[in-house]
Amino acid sequence: MTDDCCDVPEAAPARSGVPSIALAGNPNVGKTTLFNALTGASAKVSNYPGITVERRSGALKLPAGPAELHDLPGTYSLNARSAEEQIALDALVGLGGATAPDVVIVCLDATQLARSAYLLLQCRELGARCVGALTMVDEAGDAAPDARALGDLFGCEVVAVTARTRRGLDDLLRAVDRALRKERRADWKWTPSPALRADLDAVRAVLPTSWRAETRYGALPKAAATVALVPDLDDALALWALTCLEAGDDGDELVGVPAELRAAVVARIPVDRGRAIDEETVLARWTWLDRELERLVRAKTDRSRTERIDRVLLHRVAGFAVFLGIMTLLFMALFAGADPLVSLIDSGLKGLASHLRDLLGVGIFTDFLADGVIAGVGAVLVFLPQILMLFLFLGFLEDCGYLARVAYLMDRVMRSMNLHGRAFVPMLFGFACAVPAITATRTMERRRDRILTMMVVPLMTCSARLPVYTLVIGALIPAARMTQALLMVGMYAFSVVTSLVAAWVMSKTVKPLKAKRLPFVIELPPYRFPRTPDVLRMMWGKSSMFLREAGTVILACSIALWALLYFPRQLPAGSPDYAALVAKAPTDDAKAVVLAREQAAHLENSYGGRLGHAIEPAIEPLGFDWKIGVGIVGAFAAREVFVSTLGIVYAVGTDADAQSVPLRSALRDAKKTDGSKAYTPLVGLSLMIFFALAMQCMSTLAVVRRESGGLRWPAFLFAYMTVLAYIASFTVYQVGRLLGFA
Amino acid sequence: VRSRAHTPGGAKVEFEIDFQKWYLSIMARSLADIPLGRAAKVTAVDGPRAFRRRLLEMGLVPGTEVRVVTIAPLGDPLRIEVRGGQWSIRKQEAAHIAVVT
Repeated sequence: MTDDCCDVPEAAPARSGVPSIALAGNPNVGKTTLFNALTGASAKVSNYPGITVERRSGALKLPAGPAELHDLPGTYSLNARSAEEQIALDALVGLGGATAPDVVIVCLDATQLARSAYLLLQCRELGARCVGALTMVDEAGDAAPDARALGDLFGCEVVAVTARTRRGLDDLLRAVDRALRKERRADWKWTPSPALRADLDAVRAVLPTSWRAETRYGALPKAAATVALVPDLDDALALWALTCLEAGDDGDELVGVPAELRAAVVARIPVDRGRAIDEETVLARWTWLDRELERLVRAKTDRSRTERIDRVLLHRVAGFAVFLGIMTLLFMALFAGADPLVSLIDSGLKGLASHLRDLLGVGIFTDFLADGVIAGVGAVLVFLPQILMLFLFLGFLEDCGYLARVAYLMDRVMRSMNLHGRAFVPMLFGFACAVPAITATRTMERRRDRILTMMVVPLMTCSARLPVYTLVIGALIPAARMTQALLMVGMYAFSVVTSLVAAWVMSKTVKPLKAKRLPFVIELPPYRFPRTPDVLRMMWGKSSMFLREAGTVILACSIALWALLYFPRQLPAGSPDYAALVAKAPTDDAKAVVLAREQAAHLENSYGGRLGHAIEPAIEPLGFDWKIGVGIVGAFAAREVFVSTLGIVYAVGTDADAQSVPLRSALRDAKKTDGSKAYTPLVGLSLMIFFALAMQCMSTLAVVRRESGGLRWPAFLFAYMTVLAYIASFTVYQVGRLLGFA
Repeated sequence: VRSRAHTPGGAKVEFEIDFQKWYLSIMARSLADIPLGRAAKVTAVDGPRAFRRRLLEMGLVPGTEVRVVTIAPLGDPLRIEVRGGQWSIRKQEAAHIAVVT
């Protein structure tokens, strides 16, 4: 619960410029399609400040002139409990720094009329100038109500639209034009009871200036007669405060609510009274809706097609088979399908780098461009194919209604770890790469669910850990075939178990991640075939946002890391004169050996190398020496860099990969100063455990920062994973030694 | 309470109902334990305040017809139908919704 009042400007928001139109509606009512049809290519995706709820806006051409259209998050009600749900209200009435829209278009789903009309009712109570857009008319068939009659009922124009064929769009815009000239008037279809009236009066008396209608809307035309019993604009916000503000452990998580308002509501309304207010309000609205809509909606919407599909897709055998099939396909596409594109990007950038070297000659600036900048750009771009594919598939599955079914099928498993049913897909993608997996957490509505998933996804065995495991297993684990294979499988199983257990533990111990008693109620919408432009537009919008916001951080970090492992260039006094040695080398092979040694010397002397030395005492109890320390520092760019860094340290060349025979034998033959083996199978196991648990991926941290909207959660993620990895490796190594494994 | 009814055969029978027993067996049932496919009417919604408000706002108000369509293959959650729409709801949450069949 946050009591601090944010700096809401007390003055009326500037109402200059073009009219601002908001688009509101339930989820799954075709709001996005309508938004895209109305704004065309002008749509822009951004985030609401501080929270990852996407804000989309675009230009709108009204008959009277240009306007701006803002898409509100899909919601069933304006009552809120979390900061995310509050956005819809803030954006609708102009609170929290938002400007109140001049007109609100409310999507009304013809197949789910009562439920979507509930939202329209709330908007009318708040005094918004509303226009209804009746969607899904084709799908509703006979069940579709008459738009004009609906309009008469709600006291605002309602237009039937089919975004796909653009039918009704012009009528809708004309209706918006007309609505712009209407006055703002609260329209309540029910009369509060005397007790509620008294509560409303008490709360509106303490309504802060910034929340009053005069402030939010500027000077209002004084209504002819303010009849005391007819609720007005301020009553609507007072009612909102009465329903949503709650104290105690189970209280709301709303932000920007003025402290005096909260205090007044909490002092006046005990929990039981609050429940009575909820009941009176919600029941009054539904009673009115049920009574009035009964006359307009004569038939029931035919859901038989969806029912037939569900009979297969939710079947206990067939359903799981299809589910496994789709997930395997998705996973393969992400894991293997992106590979050709990734290697194309990789080889393209490598080619570019070597061209640059030829062009610019040897020097620090060349190294900076080739190894720092271009490698950094590569570090960002390699994610792009996966991210694009992920959003393409997710957008498709979400729009056709299948993701909700995945949550339904998997909820039982995920729930046992206090995770959301929808966390399954991100956790699965975690096997490929945590970066796209974390962006996939957006399919969950609640912040708590998203953050908890983000905190455990990086524990899954991502593809970057694979080269490390391959190298360690190949070099250090006895070659009895089954041991090696079993260990690899074991590492995968280990990651699944740790991530699930970590989710459970965190949901019990970390306060913001504790399970809230909110219903896990998700809609299973009718199956619909997604519109390609909608899916592609969403894919592009989200991917470009990833490049903009996470990409820049990843680029900056990889350049910084390059510098860490590159500078200083001056080798300490007493080092061999490598230039002379190269010149003296009789053959090309000998030359290469000397060059590799020079590189190794530079790396050891670099700040990163010194860091490796400095942390040696700390990592010694895990069985690691400074060379592994340097590898761990380098692995922060991406885990697989560990392999090539070790390749440089052991002077077997810069392009050593996990299969490299010289690197493997170098590791196997490495000796400590006392002549004993540096790396035993036990060290290998400890190292793999460390890599399984440690947070060594700046890209993941960058994307968590972006998705959680701050540094707090990436810092927590880094801290808990590193500590966990240290403790686990320490235990493995020390217990192993006690048991007599050297 | 004395009552009259017809058996399938058409014969008239008179019987007595223990109202309290009847109330408990019929009224005090939750959405979590009614048979699949059987239509029921919501009588009350309970639970923590915000949770209850959410369910009410979804349209699960007293008098609303509700039906459990299927149970997920792993035993939870339930797929319910309310007002022409379908929702997935966990059993422990459905237990807060009192219904009569």
